[in-house]
Amino acid sequence: MKQQRTLTRRSFLASSAGTGLVMGLGAFLPGCSRESAVTEVAETGASASFSPVVWFDIDSEGNTLINIMRAEMGQHVGTALARIMADELGADWDRVSIKHVDSDPKWGYMVTGGSWSVVTSFTALSQAAAAGRIILIEAAATLMGVSADDCTARGGQVIAGDQSMSFGDIVSKGDVSRTFSDEELAAMPVKAAADRDLIGKPAKALDVDAKSRGEAVYGLDTELPNMVYAHPVIAPTRYGSVIESIDDSAAKEIPGYLQTLTVNDPSGFVQGMALVIAESFPAAMRATEAVQVSWTAGKTAEVSEDDILAEGAKLVNDPTSGTLFVNDGDAETAIANASSSMSSIYRTSTALHFTLEPQNALVEFDDDGVCHVHAGNQWQSLIIPVLAQSLGIEESQVVLHQYYLGGGFGRRLFGDQMIPAAHAARELGRPVKLIMTRPADSQFDCVRSPSVVRLEAAFDDSGELTALDHAAAAGWPTKSMAPGFLGAGVDGNGKFDGFSINGADTWYSIPNHRVRAINNELAQETFLPGWLRAVGPGWISWGVESFLDEVAAKRGVDPIEMRLAMLDAEGKHAGSGPHAVGGAARLRAILEDVRERSGWGRELPPGEGMGVAVSHGQERAMPTWTACVAHVAVDESGEIVVKKIWQTLDCGTRVHPDGAMAQAEGATLWGVSLALHEGTRFEDGHVKDRNLDSYTPLRMADVPELDIHFMESDEFPMGLGEPPLIAVAPAIGNAVFAASGRRARDLPIRLS
Amino acid sequence: MIEFEVNGETVTSDSPGDTPLLWVIRDELKLKGTKFGCGIAQCGACTVHLNGQATRSCVTPLAAVAGTSITTIEGLDSSEGDALKAAWVEAQVPQCGYCQSGQIMTAENLLKSNPNPTDEEITAFMTGNLCRCMSYTRIKKAIRAASGGES
Repeated sequence: MKQQRTLTRRSFLASSAGTGLVMGLGAFLPGCSRESAVTEVAETGASASFSPVVWFDIDSEGNTLINIMRAEMGQHVGTALARIMADELGADWDRVSIKHVDSDPKWGYMVTGGSWSVVTSFTALSQAAAAGRIILIEAAATLMGVSADDCTARGGQVIAGDQSMSFGDIVSKGDVSRTFSDEELAAMPVKAAADRDLIGKPAKALDVDAKSRGEAVYGLDTELPNMVYAHPVIAPTRYGSVIESIDDSAAKEIPGYLQTLTVNDPSGFVQGMALVIAESFPAAMRATEAVQVSWTAGKTAEVSEDDILAEGAKLVNDPTSGTLFVNDGDAETAIANASSSMSSIYRTSTALHFTLEPQNALVEFDDDGVCHVHAGNQWQSLIIPVLAQSLGIEESQVVLHQYYLGGGFGRRLFGDQMIPAAHAARELGRPVKLIMTRPADSQFDCVRSPSVVRLEAAFDDSGELTALDHAAAAGWPTKSMAPGFLGAGVDGNGKFDGFSINGADTWYSIPNHRVRAINNELAQETFLPGWLRAVGPGWISWGVESFLDEVAAKRGVDPIEMRLAMLDAEGKHAGSGPHAVGGAARLRAILEDVRERSGWGRELPPGEGMGVAVSHGQERAMPTWTACVAHVAVDESGEIVVKKIWQTLDCGTRVHPDGAMAQAEGATLWGVSLALHEGTRFEDGHVKDRNLDSYTPLRMADVPELDIHFMESDEFPMGLGEPPLIAVAPAIGNAVFAASGRRARDLPIRLS
Repeated sequence: MIEFEVNGETVTSDSPGDTPLLWVIRDELKLKGTKFGCGIAQCGACTVHLNGQATRSCVTPLAAVAGTSITTIEGLDSSEGDALKAAWVEAQVPQCGYCQSGQIMTAENLLKSNPNPTDEEITAFMTGNLCRCMSYTRIKKAIRAASGGES
């Protein structure tokens, strides 16, 4: 999976328009010369034919406002991105503030996911800020009558010997108009790690104060004058159900009930939905119970979890299915010639996002026909075209207003709940606030697909592993929501969803290695598969890392020793910079570290055991190295208690170390939750567990002792929101085997 | 017309008596710090104080609060509440933050009744409040700090 890059030609611009210094990186639209764009931006600060990505401005008081185009969903991303810029700029952190911006083409491609935010922004933000620093230093040098070479910028001041001038004074009095060419910008040097003042240093996150006082504003908290409330009536199937009749006679007795609409969505993401409209949300909830909707149900109305898993099992056992994602050596021949072999099937159950803030959207059309959507969202550039298509309007007529997200976890990568709200707002000519109660939110969730994985290992006469064959079948989120992001199979036999197979391309040296990615079409047509935190690696590694434990047990070798031997960092596993510098050697180093820190191999009481697993995060091209050891106790009834989890992580530079630790803590506990506490089943076309009475994410009482350690590193910063989740479930499963001799092959793990 | 007190001020509502208090607080009184999570009293995001007692407002009917005194996160000004809010910042507890009003409202009741709770007592008291980001270790740390115990 490659990150989309939208800026091909760029130029850094500064202007002194208004009261201060406004700085941006421009991407030029076709037909617009750089010269005219520069002139226009210098004169006006922006123009219609120019798309400046204005990242920050400094006012005459020296206050620096940094615009954040990534969604804040708990990862303190604004703090991290602002510190990258402020460090390079030499700004006074106490005068830095951030703003999470609404959608606008000038920001470029807007997505917050894949643990990409810091990785994909670091260089561009650093270079832009470095250019800004140069502008400030040059202006200050002129004002102070010194050479720019003798100046440094630090703490919001430009300093030369015993003279200094604040950023505020510089932008008030100096000449801050300058442009940088593509070449200058691309060659713009950024600070060496040793010179950093903010990156890697302790800091309080900028969003925590408001969130500790109940003052943070989420999408659910927004209101507009004259708005009405809406609650959906969910169809019997995600696709293909058709409303035959709506009887709202009982609802009409409910004060505040207005009417029930039928949603007609040309995009096809919302099918068979009725929308109950009322003057208050309690009235909408009551009326939803009272309205009788009759459907002709779609064809998946009786599909169950077992049906989907059976289809997955059939697919992984059919060697002609799917497309090849990895094809190193000749696994087929190696297996045919093997002295011995073994295979296992691993499965994961449907899992819900269960963002604590349920899906909601407030939509209003203005007098110019522009559709304004108020809702927290992770992938504005994905849902805006869908909304435009659904409503039959231009993409430029859709604006998403951003708020804090009450949990993202991938659920808010899609904004399909906006669709019915938008249709209703247009039809009624009033702002519509749609809120999903929890059962509706769960039914309408783009869940993590149930998955089935088959792994086969081949061995030579001496018991050495000669081949690994891996087939993985699931519903593919990318196929339904972002098909342009599908990758081409290495065998030329169709496409695959990288988000449903990443992680299978391990950093282990395996002489013959084949990975087949298979779409489970029954899953695909029964529900909308979603990207759930850690996405493909979150369940792919359950199979790979559990199976390697089986291989080690069969060979009678220590599972850490076996992994270390396979992490020889040779060939394609040597890695290359900046992202993957060091390659498998870095994974080996953290595995050795976690072995040491966990006291691996020590004597444990009966019924207890330790298990290990590793991961390389979300993508080979962007590896975050993780190694996990779990210590569990299993009693005679099969009940599992996780006593302690050790993780050693290497994500390169930690921009905001406490934020990094918070993500690691939360993601590790998500790993525990998905291993032992969370999972549901499709029953009659919908998920069976829709609220906390039966869907049971981890609670405080379930929290094991955590010991998380980051390797000190100045390497390029990698993402961290998801990777620490990945190795946890297989480490627990392998620990369960060590403790009990019972091999868990299904998630969530159930021994009893 | 139902009359009660919210954050020290007398308020009235003419909504039906079975209206959940949560929506009266949020949509009529415009106090948005109290959150909607599950609607069945299982997540704790909607926790307010009813005559000082932590209460799930999503299942509390309006009729039941007539003549009572309600406190929301916006009006929480007890010494325990102030200590908790400060500790929340110091320990950098919130991630998405959506559950944290409810966590603090629950924790305040804990410290009121038990100024120096053990870790086990904190867990027992707090385990009904879901944090989907799973910031549990920091919640516990912040409660310990606010209690004057280990920080």
